Parts: sequence; structure tokens; C-alpha cells
Amino acid sequence: MRGFWRRYSRNRGAVIGLFILLAVIICAAAAPFLFPRSPWSMVQRPFLPPFTVDGLMLGTDALGRDVLSGLFHGARVSLLVGLVSTVVALSIGIPIGALAGYYGGLVDDGLMRFTEFFQTIPSFALAIVLLAIFQPSLGYIILAIAIVSWPPVARLVRGEVLSLRHREFVEAATLSGQSNLRIIIWQVLPNALPPIIVLASLMVATAILLESSLSFLGLGDPNVMSWGYMIGAARTVLRTAWWLSFIPGIAIVLTVLALNLIGEGLNDALNPRLRSRTP
Amino acid sequence: MFGFIAARLVTAVFILLGIVVLNFILIHAAPGDPAAVMAGEAGAADEKFLADLRTQFGLDQPFTVQLWNYVSGVIQLDLGFSYRQQMPVAQLIWDRLPATLLLTSTAFVISIVIGVIAGVLAAQMQGTWWDTVISTVALLFYATPLFWVALMASLVFSVFLGWLPGFGYETIGANYTGLARVLDIGTHLILPASTLGLFFTAIYMRMTRASMLEVSRLDFVKTARAKGLRSSVIQRRHILRNALLPVITLAGLQAGQIVGGAVLTETVFAWPGIGRLMFEAINQRDYNVILGVFFISAAMVLLFNLITDLLYGVVDPRIRLTS
Repeated sequence: MRGFWRRYSRNRGAVIGLFILLAVIICAAAAPFLFPRSPWSMVQRPFLPPFTVDGLMLGTDALGRDVLSGLFHGARVSLLVGLVSTVVALSIGIPIGALAGYYGGLVDDGLMRFTEFFQTIPSFALAIVLLAIFQPSLGYIILAIAIVSWPPVARLVRGEVLSLRHREFVEAATLSGQSNLRIIIWQVLPNALPPIIVLASLMVATAILLESSLSFLGLGDPNVMSWGYMIGAARTVLRTAWWLSFIPGIAIVLTVLALNLIGEGLNDALNPRLRSRTP
Repeated sequence: MFGFIAARLVTAVFILLGIVVLNFILIHAAPGDPAAVMAGEAGAADEKFLADLRTQFGLDQPFTVQLWNYVSGVIQLDLGFSYRQQMPVAQLIWDRLPATLLLTSTAFVISIVIGVIAGVLAAQMQGTWWDTVISTVALLFYATPLFWVALMASLVFSVFLGWLPGFGYETIGANYTGLARVLDIGTHLILPASTLGLFFTAIYMRMTRASMLEVSRLDFVKTARAKGLRSSVIQRRHILRNALLPVITLAGLQAGQIVGGAVLTETVFAWPGIGRLMFEAINQRDYNVILGVFFISAAMVLLFNLITDLLYGVVDPRIRLTS
């Protein structure tokens, strides 16, 4: 564990990323306490620019809502959607990849054609279609993002399992009479974990970007405040109140940047051999 | 080479068929009766009208017959009818497709050309400040939502500086013809195409850089050096040519992202393509249009993939020879 942290912290960007992410998590956790009123409620005159009124640091939007409160509450949605959709995508991708890699042959062929199908169709368009047909709610948004983001997981896991499949310890487990399922779960997958963790951290980032894009197009959950919605709502007043689009965008960039930096740090920490090969 | 392309074509047809079936399943999985949805779109809903709709669209027939009707309809390019716009979906898409093809292919070329050039520069100047700048910019691009970049670009270059038009396809009411019209469309194209293209530049930049550095360590490069070839020749003919292979593979994989990104770019810049059409259809819950655009955008991705396959054959002689 200490070796892990030493290798991770050698990447300065990764440490910065961790601090940014911690700050976002604290904002998300503190939102209901700092801003107990709904972020949708009108608090002041509309279009108050930032830093002009005490108590409303970032001003108000076109409907007189507190922008700072929206940012804090939006952090909750971004993190929640990013995290849960990644977990769901992993739980689709890992079994498919593991089965394909472990059994090979026809199972592999079938599952990989299925994966390729999902990889070829434009994922953002598919997410739009899914949400347009099943009314947008937080649950469906998470599901739609998971459905379009599992294929890379399946391919990665398949590759890892394929390379581990014929190693001695797997053969030893087979000889000791363990069932295939047991071997996959207890022998093969733990050894494939490091690259999966790295991929997962990047997937959270991508999911947050996807969620914001969908909310921007008006396919967000109408009951929760999200950064993408804030930008989408401010789009029509870009000329007169540009900061309303600008500020939530910065929040997205910082959060996603933090997750990408953390992903690189995890890669350094978990794959030390890979690190020394790439310049 | 021919066999290789033929195999890819067959796969493409199967994928398109898969999408048609997926579309069909999605319509039927949607909550509510399709006839009621259509009636809602048409703005009338008495029992007689619903029954008429069911007969007209075969919704009273068994599931398999409906599936067959749907698939054979799509094969004849019948993508259904939009009650909102009172037009066949295929017609709507056909009218808007050229604008999207212009936008996405320009963006595709911009992203690859600039990405490869920047990547080669970064690889040659490995370890210098220029290398750091390029890598940092790439990291920032990865983290930025496309629609936000588009908004900020139109804010800076159109609203603040007033250099370029921020929305539309051509100047409304100007009625330019010939070269003037081409130039007019070109100026309108600059912002959306460069936003969409530059957004994907970062990926090619990183890939080219990594791939150039990897190939330059291989033995045949050493041999070329030992033969006394000029460095520029080695860079161009030996390293770049091999380093481009993974970049081309990546370009095929990224095609879907560019087509998806077109929805956001066209929305922000009011570019009258199928992405904008999809955005309008989302707000009006015009399902047939949404599914139609989805189908056509998948077809576009397959087309881009086919082009990258052909390019692959041009760059890599092994593919031409083995199949």
C-alpha cells in the first residue's frame, strides 16, 4: 500500500487531481447543508452578475436562481451519475469479457460480435435514442450511459483473461477441481484488476461528460439540477449573460480533468512496468 | 484487398440490419401504444383515428409480420412519417444530410491532419517545452465538453470579436450564387468545423506521438540509420509510414464520436444538418425522426470506417497482399 502511494504521488498531476476531486466531493456532500433551499427556487432578481450581491457570490440565472447553489447541487448529480453508471457498465462488461476470454471458441466469437456491434454504433446517438424513448430520469440516464460505455471494458477484460487463461496457477486450480466460475472469480479476475481500475477511473470522467451533454440537449432528469442543464438553459442568453454558460463549464472541466489525472496516476502506480516502457 | 473490403461490407450490412431490428424493438419497448404516440404527434386522438392508424401502420398484425414490414420498409429507404413536420422522415434527412456530411468530413480531415502534424512535432521535440505544451493542451481537451467549447468559441469569435458568423449555414436573404455562395458557406463552416475537428485533434496528437516514438526504437530504423540515410527520409518513409497505422485504426473508431459530436455542434451553431434535426426532434418527441437520424448516423459511421479500411490498405502493403 505504501509502495502504491509512493508510485502514485510521484506523478504530481495525479496528486493535484486527487485534491480537486476531494474538493468536488466535499461540495457535493455539503450542498444540502450550505444550500438547504431547492436550487430551483427563485432567490433574487434574474441576471445578477457574479460578485455583485452579498450572499449570492456567483449571481443569479435567467429565472433568478442562485448559480452557486446550482453548482453545488450539480456536483452531486455529476458524481452520482459518473460513479453509478461506471459500476453498471463494469457489471455488464466484466462478465461478457471474462466469459469470452475464458471459454474462447464460439462463445468468444458470439460475445465479441455482440460487443463490436455496440462499439460501432455511434454511442452518443444511441444514448439520445434510449433517453428520448424512455423518459429521462436519473435511473434511465445512468442505464443509458452504462449501455453505451461497457464495450471497452469487455474487450479489455477479454484480453487480460486470454493472457492469464493458460498460466500455471490457473491450471493448478483446474487440477484441484475448482469449478470454472470459481476459477474466473477467484483466480483470473483479481489478476486482471489493475488495468480495469485505471479504465474505470477514466470511464467515470467520460460518463460525467456524457451526462452533461445529454442534459445540455434537454435529456436530463427534470427534477435534479445538473451542470449540463445550467449551460443548456443559459445558451439562449449567451450574448447578454455569457458567464451563466461559462461558470458551470469550468466546473465540468475541473472535475473531468481531475479524474483523468487520477487515471494517469493510477496507471503509474498499478502498472510500474508499463510506466518504464512508455516515455 | 478486394476480399478484405468485401468482408467489411458484409459486416457493415449486418450491423445496419442489427440497428434496424434494435430500432424496431425500441419503438415497441417504449411506454405507451405506438398508435397513441403517433396520434399525440398528429394532435388528434379519437378511437376511430387510432384504429385507422393501427391498420395503416400494420400495428394490428402479429409481431413478426410487423418486424418484416419494418425491415423491408427501411431497406427501401422508408424511415416512417413525421407527423410533427408532415413529411416523410427520409425526405427530412435527405434535405439535411449534405450539411452534416460537409461538417463532419471537414472536421474529420482537420482533426487528423492537425493531429498528425502536431504529434510528429511533439515526437521530434520529445522532452522540450513544446512537447509539454502539446501534452497539456491534449489533457485539457480531453476534459472539456464539446458543446461548451462550441459555445465559448461562438462567444469569443462571433460575439466578442465579430470575426466569424456564429450560426447558420449561409447568410439569410443574401441570395449569393456561384463562388460568392461557396465562400459564404465556407465562412459559416469555419467555426463549427474547427470546433468539432480540434476537439478530436488531441487524441490523434497523442496517438501519433506515442506511435512515432515506439517505431523509432525498432531495429529497421537502426538499419536505415546505419545505411546512412538522411534523417528526414527515415522520419518520413520509415517511421511516419509505420506510425500512421494505429492512427488510422483510431480514426475509424473515432468516426462515431465525430458523428455524435455533430449533434452538439450543429445544435450550438444552428447548422442545418441531421444533428440539429435530431435536437429539434428530441424537443418535440418526434420518435420516427430520432430513430431515422440514429440509423443514418450509424450508416455514416460505417461509411467512414470503410474509408479508413481503404486507407489502411493504401498505407500498409501487407493488407493488400495477404487477402
